[in-house]
Amino acid sequence: MSSTVISHGAAHHDAHDHHQETFLTKYIFSQDHKMIAKQFLITGIVMAVFAMVLSILFRIQLAWPDTDFPILEVFLGKWAEGGRMKPEFFLSLVTIHGTMMVFFVLTAGLSGTFSNLLIPYQLGARDMASPLMNMLSYWFFFTACVIMVASFFVESGPASAGWTIYPPLSSVPTSIPGSGLGMTLWLISMTLFIASQVLGGVNYISTVLNMRTKGMDLWKMPLTIWAFFLTAIVGLLSFPVLVSAVVLLFFDRSVGTSFYLSDLVVQGEILPNEGGSPILFQHLFWFLGHPEVYIVVMPALGLTSEIISTNSRKPIFGYHAMVYSLVGITVLSFIVWGHHMFVTGMNPFLGGVFMITTLIIAVPSAVKAFNYIATLWRGNIRFTPAMMFAIGMVSFFVSGGLTGLYLGNAALDINLHDTYFVVAHFHLVMGSASIFGMLAGVYHWYPKMFGRMMDTRLGYLHFWLTFLGAYLVFFPMHFMGIDGVPRRYYTFTAFPFMDKWISVNLLITWAAIVAGLAQVAFLWNFFASIWKGKKATQNPWNSNTLEWTTPVEHIHGNWPGEIPTVYRWPYDYSKPGHDTDFIPQTVPFSETMSSNLPHDFEGNEEAIRIQEEWNKANNREVTEGEG
Amino acid sequence: MEHTEDYTTEELIQSRKAKKFNLWLGMIGMFMMFAALSSGFIVYTASGVDKGIKTILPDTFIYSTIVILVSSLTLHLAYRATKREQIGKQKLYLLLTIALGIAFFVLQTDAWSVLADRGIYFVNNNASQSFIYVFTGMHLAHIIAGLIVLVRCLWGAMKPIPFPENQFRMNLAGIFWHFLDLLWIYIYVFLLLNQ
Repeated sequence: MSSTVISHGAAHHDAHDHHQETFLTKYIFSQDHKMIAKQFLITGIVMAVFAMVLSILFRIQLAWPDTDFPILEVFLGKWAEGGRMKPEFFLSLVTIHGTMMVFFVLTAGLSGTFSNLLIPYQLGARDMASPLMNMLSYWFFFTACVIMVASFFVESGPASAGWTIYPPLSSVPTSIPGSGLGMTLWLISMTLFIASQVLGGVNYISTVLNMRTKGMDLWKMPLTIWAFFLTAIVGLLSFPVLVSAVVLLFFDRSVGTSFYLSDLVVQGEILPNEGGSPILFQHLFWFLGHPEVYIVVMPALGLTSEIISTNSRKPIFGYHAMVYSLVGITVLSFIVWGHHMFVTGMNPFLGGVFMITTLIIAVPSAVKAFNYIATLWRGNIRFTPAMMFAIGMVSFFVSGGLTGLYLGNAALDINLHDTYFVVAHFHLVMGSASIFGMLAGVYHWYPKMFGRMMDTRLGYLHFWLTFLGAYLVFFPMHFMGIDGVPRRYYTFTAFPFMDKWISVNLLITWAAIVAGLAQVAFLWNFFASIWKGKKATQNPWNSNTLEWTTPVEHIHGNWPGEIPTVYRWPYDYSKPGHDTDFIPQTVPFSETMSSNLPHDFEGNEEAIRIQEEWNKANNREVTEGEG
Repeated sequence: MEHTEDYTTEELIQSRKAKKFNLWLGMIGMFMMFAALSSGFIVYTASGVDKGIKTILPDTFIYSTIVILVSSLTLHLAYRATKREQIGKQKLYLLLTIALGIAFFVLQTDAWSVLADRGIYFVNNNASQSFIYVFTGMHLAHIIAGLIVLVRCLWGAMKPIPFPENQFRMNLAGIFWHFLDLLWIYIYVFLLLNQ
């Protein structure tokens, strides 16, 4: 909190330069939003690599269920005795892969990085509303990561009830090995993670609403900010619900209550718990769990909007429609959770309601997809690596989203639920799409974060291998799912009807290994470029948004001197009549007389009159439809 | 803590506004948590005729409600004294509020023992009854946070910290404490309607 105050401030107005220098103390620097963004990103990348290695391990098991790999024993010890992975460990791998990817990589790594980096930068703020809370947000997240990784070092192994931790596997410590200490650590880790997200989210919302620079009204905000803002609202409303679910789960596990437990016999022993309902947990969990997938995908959509518009050198198509569709997704995300529970014995009428709300989400999602394509249409496209990843994001969002229509149908879901069809669907629509959005963001804003450029050729290599790899991994899974191959099974050879899918599993695993290796190109590019990359110019992509008006070297408070004022929306690309193909938000209309349009003045009659006089004097003809 | 001497007046006002806003957002988050518990309670209780609170809530809850209402009043008086720069009065009313807060805490735990005497334990096959403990317990966890905030205000008044800072701190503490008050009334009414 503040210690010296208002009377002091007035004097500082005059001594502005001096006031800037004192910002640069080391203590304050650690609460700097730019530094915290980098901390989130690098932690997120480390977690992504960890979770990816887990997925390669279980893919090896799925492709070669009857082969021994002595090397596995070297690394995994008793979990792979004789070179064959144990079923319990397979379940742990699947669980922790999901948890880490969904929460640590695509929630914290994505929102944490880009909300922190871009909200103050693109809105023209010196920092977040509460830098202290922001710093705490990161350190809670970091601790959560450490605890989750640490669960691999306890004797009974990490949690293995799936990332959705349904009771009773999660609530009876004796049910499977992973239900013991591993599950406890999972719960502690996630509690810290929720604290991190709430602290961060509160800060994002508050900063967007309170700290915008002069002229930056809500309808002049870049779509990135709209996406981060609405994501933070979704998080603030849904994460506390998971706290409640986890608190009750904790009491069931450790105190002996019966919120979720009833009529159980574990290893020949009858449990005393009566009257609980595991379905209650599913309701509470999915009330967070479904909004969570929008928490994952909305920031990626926002980043993609910005990157596609900048690199098509065209205004984003349907800016208002883009915002309203994000708002629509935000609202709808809270009333669709039941579609995860169609087969829990839910009242068919209720199932029908959830089906309708679910299918309605296709509308705003399709609006976004079409607007991306319309933005690309006849654009002057620059295929930078960031642009490639952004287009890849749209591709995954479409091909994964289409299968959502099948799964959202309560009747079809009876057949498809818990099969590889579901795995294929969500890995494309939220997994691959979000990670591509995130990677697009990394390539695009790397110069802003590190003052240097990433290598373009390595970027293309990374893109093509990952893009093709992801499709080769997830696309065949649709067919397996339609054939009824269930998720989470440890070995395919145990069931004759699945034998024919062994060859497909081999293909998937090899594709996963190649795509995994492709990430080395990214990691090398990312870390080596921090020191060896080509020095970045101030505005390498000729972009309109405010972050590119800051100096390349990071300074506390972002702008030397006054914060720039904003005059226009962020998408004035290739505006007819202007001499360059971009007009930054900080350029007033008085400097762009040759390209102004009547609707730019939002009904300001004086400005329109001046413009018309200028048009007459300079023989400029403006038709209303121009631009 | 921040180095506010580096802020201009305008930026300081903006930053305070944002912090106050943070508090409101935080309270929305807290409310969502209790809303989730409420809906959990409703879903659970509807799952069978043998579920439900099935007892009359202890009278102690009436007393604790009065105590927390009075504590809100004393805190408001403390805030009024702060605005008038009457540090002595501010400290007195703050102390009173903290004492009432502790009394509320004690009364709630006393209500638990009343329930336990009737054989209504936390570990219970009718989890609707366990929910009473969860609601009150989670609320008490927030009361502890509220008490810490109040002690910090008192500490600031003893030091004393500069006037605008003191007033801002009291303002935030007031909003939070009144929220906890309202939250308890919500919980109490919710339980009463379901008993």
